[in-house]
Amino acid sequence: MQNGRDSVVAEIHAAKIVATRVLHRNLEIQLGEYKHMTLMKKLTLGTVIAALGTTAAMADGHGGCTEGRLNIVGNEFPAIQTVAAAAVACAGDDAEANLTADHQKINVAGMTGNPAEYTTAIVANSSIVALINEDVIQPLDDLVAAHGQDIPKQQLITVDGKIMAVAFMANAQHLVYRADVLEQIGADVPTSYEDVLAAAEKIRAEGIMEHPVGGAYAAGWNLAQEFTNMYIGTGGQFFEPGSAQVSINNAQGVEALEMMKALSAYMNPDYLTHDSNATSAEWEAGNVALMNMWGSRTGVLMDDEGSAPEVYENTKVGGPLMVGDSGTPATTLWWDGWTVAKNVSDEDAAATFTAMAAGVSPDILNDETMSQAVWLMEGFEPAPVNEGVLAAVAAGSTPYPMVPYQGLLHTALGDNIADFLQGSESAEQTLADIEAAYTAAAKENGFLQ
Amino acid sequence: MKHKTFFWFVFPSVLLMILFIALPLVSVVTQSLYSKHEQVIVEVENCGPFGCTKATTVDQEATAALEEAEPLGKWAGLDIYKDRNHLAISEVGQAWINADGLPDFGRTLMNLPFYKALGFTITYTAIVTPLTIILGFFIAIAVNSVARAMRGPTIFFSLLPMIVTPLVGSLIIFWMVDARGILGTGLQWLASDPSLSVKASTPLMWAMLMFYGVWHSAPFAFIVYYAGLQTVNQDTLEAAMIDGASRWERIRYVVVPHLAPLTTFIALIQLMDNFRVFEPIISFSAAAHATSLSYAIFNDLGGETRLLSSAAATSVLTIIFVAMLLSPVLVRTWRDFGTQK
Repeated sequence: MQNGRDSVVAEIHAAKIVATRVLHRNLEIQLGEYKHMTLMKKLTLGTVIAALGTTAAMADGHGGCTEGRLNIVGNEFPAIQTVAAAAVACAGDDAEANLTADHQKINVAGMTGNPAEYTTAIVANSSIVALINEDVIQPLDDLVAAHGQDIPKQQLITVDGKIMAVAFMANAQHLVYRADVLEQIGADVPTSYEDVLAAAEKIRAEGIMEHPVGGAYAAGWNLAQEFTNMYIGTGGQFFEPGSAQVSINNAQGVEALEMMKALSAYMNPDYLTHDSNATSAEWEAGNVALMNMWGSRTGVLMDDEGSAPEVYENTKVGGPLMVGDSGTPATTLWWDGWTVAKNVSDEDAAATFTAMAAGVSPDILNDETMSQAVWLMEGFEPAPVNEGVLAAVAAGSTPYPMVPYQGLLHTALGDNIADFLQGSESAEQTLADIEAAYTAAAKENGFLQ
Repeated sequence: MKHKTFFWFVFPSVLLMILFIALPLVSVVTQSLYSKHEQVIVEVENCGPFGCTKATTVDQEATAALEEAEPLGKWAGLDIYKDRNHLAISEVGQAWINADGLPDFGRTLMNLPFYKALGFTITYTAIVTPLTIILGFFIAIAVNSVARAMRGPTIFFSLLPMIVTPLVGSLIIFWMVDARGILGTGLQWLASDPSLSVKASTPLMWAMLMFYGVWHSAPFAFIVYYAGLQTVNQDTLEAAMIDGASRWERIRYVVVPHLAPLTTFIALIQLMDNFRVFEPIISFSAAAHATSLSYAIFNDLGGETRLLSSAAATSVLTIIFVAMLLSPVLVRTWRDFGTQK
């Protein structure tokens, strides 16, 4: 998941949605497996399955909006559950959806074969890169012309002029704060990390909280994401223009690391083990007053489940935070969207396209789904919980870089930053280690010679 | 047994071993000798809901032609083994020349990802294996002297750590030692240090991982020893008692020698298992403090861009290290086997 790969919270939500569908999904799955069986098995089990098939058809009916195969692989959180459910409902009995936090470990392998197991992958602007690198998704221009005339242009993701994905939601990290605590110390809502540090010092000095700052700083993907935000906020460039040569060992890199370390002094000492879920739990326990958090995760913090009224009633979202005087917010913009596999028949591609287009049509928006995300479809009405993401977009934040080797750098960042935060080496040494680790990996992957 | 009969008798096992052990090994070794083709990068304009940006992408047509010609990838020989993310030959050489004494060299070495992982893996194996064997032995002795009626339930409870799925078991401990968990708070109270946190300190994190390792695998040693204890010759024990041997002397001079071959067996299995330590690092979110070779492989495969050759090279190195580690035990077993004939 772009907002933390671990998704206990998301899973609980998903389970609620899934539970209601379990009964007829079981039948669908059996039917789906039936399609993949060998001829011999079909002959022997034919009668049994035929009986099941009749029951399923009676129970579910055929979605009937398309003819062909649909099999979705994607991340698992409420907004994606909603999209997948609508697409499966359209495609009918045989459609399948495999939604899991580990989606990016299986999507390339599941789309490499011919025909591809998954006809569509739901991805974000970081994870689409692997699919493009491996050449397993197809340009959608013809399909959009034939079946997708009513998809607004702003939802179409184009790479080199070719439509590669259809986005349906936006996401970003932004400030989340406790209005009552800020009022108590008489501080304004922070707009920069410098403000956050000042407010945190006051909160600690007045004895309100010992560790008032939160953040998903778990070593690995989350920590790398926080550095990416911070480094963009300092105005740094990750690579030399137009090449895969990394260049982060500079003043901006040091500034970003120093700010992260300064913030970590106000965090729970265990911060290197805190992913988005653990940080949210700290928030709900009332231990944190200021944090940089994913827009898609703030809904859970503001509802009345899991925390005391003084916490959830005072939980407010702010805009993206700045660092230094570069004028670029220290956050990244993300979209989630769907793709169509390359190695599928034209008929299946068309069916997948039609079903997924139905899955992200404005019809899926209702009272329950409206606040699950910042939807890009027409008819989306923002709730207070969505203001942070919208503010990040309005402030001209940078989208997460969509370059083929960013993933390698992300891994190298996640493996090395903890050494600096723990004080075992200097910022320059850490940045040099990151560059060296990235360079070795990029050579192996053919990006550098 | 006739040769033909023997052949058909072992054929299924041999076939399965070739399919599931030999071939994957060949595949891993092959993979580690190749790297990806040079990727042809082109500058493009990407557009989406947030406007258009200049970016780069892989030129699929140009890259596809290269891949068509050599589907395995570019021959890399031992380059991947030698690069910084693995054996780091040139970096280690440089460090050796530039180092200001051995401790400084050690620090530089531990800053290289492979040696950092190897350092923890070897420490973990060296500490957890003997502790597991010793603890398992004492549990077995203790359970063996429990009244017969109580033995069933005692054995069941002693086995629980092994029955619990590793991920679940380590998650439970992880939550208990959290600064706000029962063990974590207990430790803070014991040390009278309210800021003490197991998860924030590298030595404590290592200790916790090793504690978990012993907790998890002691039942295995226990159950093997317990089975062995049932075969101890009662006459010898009685003779020792008549000779006035104390309980400790009976254990030292009768039971321990009798169980020695089992110790070799447990050591063999535990060395292999411990060298592949993985689950606790994931569920303790310990990657900031400790990485192992298995974790490095997982990390290579878990990123948005998979590093197949890198993971393969680490796998081969792991296999080589396990083989080196086991060789003394294997040689010993072989010799024992030879003398028994």
